[in-house]
Amino acid sequence: MSRSTDEAHLPGLRQPVAANDGLDAPFWEGTKDHELKVQQCDDCGTHQWGPEWMCHSCNSLAVSWVTIEPVGEIYSWQRPHHPVHSALSDRGPYIIVLIELPHASGIRMVGNLLGDPMQTIEIGAPVSAVFEDRQGDPNFTLVQWEIAD
Amino acid sequence: MTDEYTLKGKVAVVGVGETTYFKHGQSPDPEFVLVLKAILAACEDAGLDPKEIDGFCSYSNDRNDPPRIANALGIPELRYSNMQWTSGGGGAAGAVQNAAAAIVSGSANAVVAYRGLAQGQFGRFGRSGGSRPISGPAAYTLPYGMMSAAQMYAMRTTRFMHEYGVGRSAMRAIAMACYHHAQNNPRAVMQGRTLDEETYDASRWITEPYRLFDCCLENDGAAAIIVTRTDRARDLAKNPVVILGAQQSGGHRSGATAENMTDYVTSSFKPAVKHLYQQAGVTPSDIDVVQSYENFTGGVVMSLIEHGLCTYENADEVLTFDNLRADGGSLPLNTSGGNLAECYMHGLGLQIEAVRQLRGESPNQVPGAKVALANAGPMVPVASTALYGTEEALG
Repeated sequence: MSRSTDEAHLPGLRQPVAANDGLDAPFWEGTKDHELKVQQCDDCGTHQWGPEWMCHSCNSLAVSWVTIEPVGEIYSWQRPHHPVHSALSDRGPYIIVLIELPHASGIRMVGNLLGDPMQTIEIGAPVSAVFEDRQGDPNFTLVQWEIAD
Repeated sequence: MTDEYTLKGKVAVVGVGETTYFKHGQSPDPEFVLVLKAILAACEDAGLDPKEIDGFCSYSNDRNDPPRIANALGIPELRYSNMQWTSGGGGAAGAVQNAAAAIVSGSANAVVAYRGLAQGQFGRFGRSGGSRPISGPAAYTLPYGMMSAAQMYAMRTTRFMHEYGVGRSAMRAIAMACYHHAQNNPRAVMQGRTLDEETYDASRWITEPYRLFDCCLENDGAAAIIVTRTDRARDLAKNPVVILGAQQSGGHRSGATAENMTDYVTSSFKPAVKHLYQQAGVTPSDIDVVQSYENFTGGVVMSLIEHGLCTYENADEVLTFDNLRADGGSLPLNTSGGNLAECYMHGLGLQIEAVRQLRGESPNQVPGAKVALANAGPMVPVASTALYGTEEALG
């Protein structure tokens, strides 16, 4: 259903670290364990991503982190060609996808679509997560996506 | 029934001005000096002593703060200052709205809305860099190579085209109309550079679905708009252009991170438009000329639909080059060249062009224009939009 890799898709970009207010630390800890964690409201059950201190639906402050199935559908996409960062100068085109997770209140997550960078992309196509383990300070894991079998 | 709690007709634009517009990084002046020069130009246009300005409004976290400007200008009383928060240039009409609100409330007598940008001094929008770790919402996108403005708004256009099956030909027509209008505008950075269908189609991808000519420029310069009470405006140099209505516009969770805004396929104008037209007492068919903020052409298509100027079904048929040109088109668009071909001054130039059209001073004048729309910042968390009119339009 999901897999992991230690091959960096876009090496050299700024690495993520948990915010110093602690809000998203469970997400980044989860990815290192190859688990996809998002927030869910204890009171009304609404999922949310990115994280907030409050449930946007019922305004409860009782919001917990839950592990969800790391699958989804392509909601939208783009294919950058113009390198906007020096680390991308010789990279060539790559694909950014917006993934909808219908089983988690329809939240959306941004990642790269792995595989042929010039592949034809179909909105609605099912995808599964690829946890990309990276060396850094500290080490971190990105959530990438590939077309599901 | 008329609600007296509106801006309509109570406030007038009396002065507009800008510096020379430069390509990014080419201003010989620091950004702060550009702002001062733009304010002086607007004062001269209005026939107003700069020392009569007593209020300042800006947006997009403009670095040139009112106390410093007031100090430089030697203004005796600084009565009002205000910042509209949003991404990019979404506050261009909002800054004018805030200025007008200050006038209506009696908080100030002459307020300037301004914006200055010197990307050579402070760094380019279209270029990212660095190696420091990143945290917070940017950490959910930047490590995946999503960091520039084009990248932040491209996927909305992809989804829009997917849902409605329109947009590509309209996007090209919008770019061509902007370049067409820039040819008559001596202020336009792209005067002398024409754009035809073949050149657009052959232009490189920045990020699919945006080609080079779908993307705004990056420029150095500054612009300023001065407003005051309409009854006082009549004593100044130019015919007053009244503000018919102005609104800021953020929808449900429009500021959600990682692309989780509830309504994704939107230019962000849906909440504002009904208030705008109600306040102004006009309908889309009353609008003679449109200035619609182009960060990216795909956002303009959605903006025009959401303002009721065409529909999801007929956008490609209505938004053609022939319809969008000032010389004979039914929906004259971005008649200065706009952000694509005049200058990207975070959209304040589009507000100025709306004023010039209603004064009869546009380089691409729409004959007899009485009502002009000028919006700002499609697809950003909070956009803004304004309607201007001649005094005749007040009826």
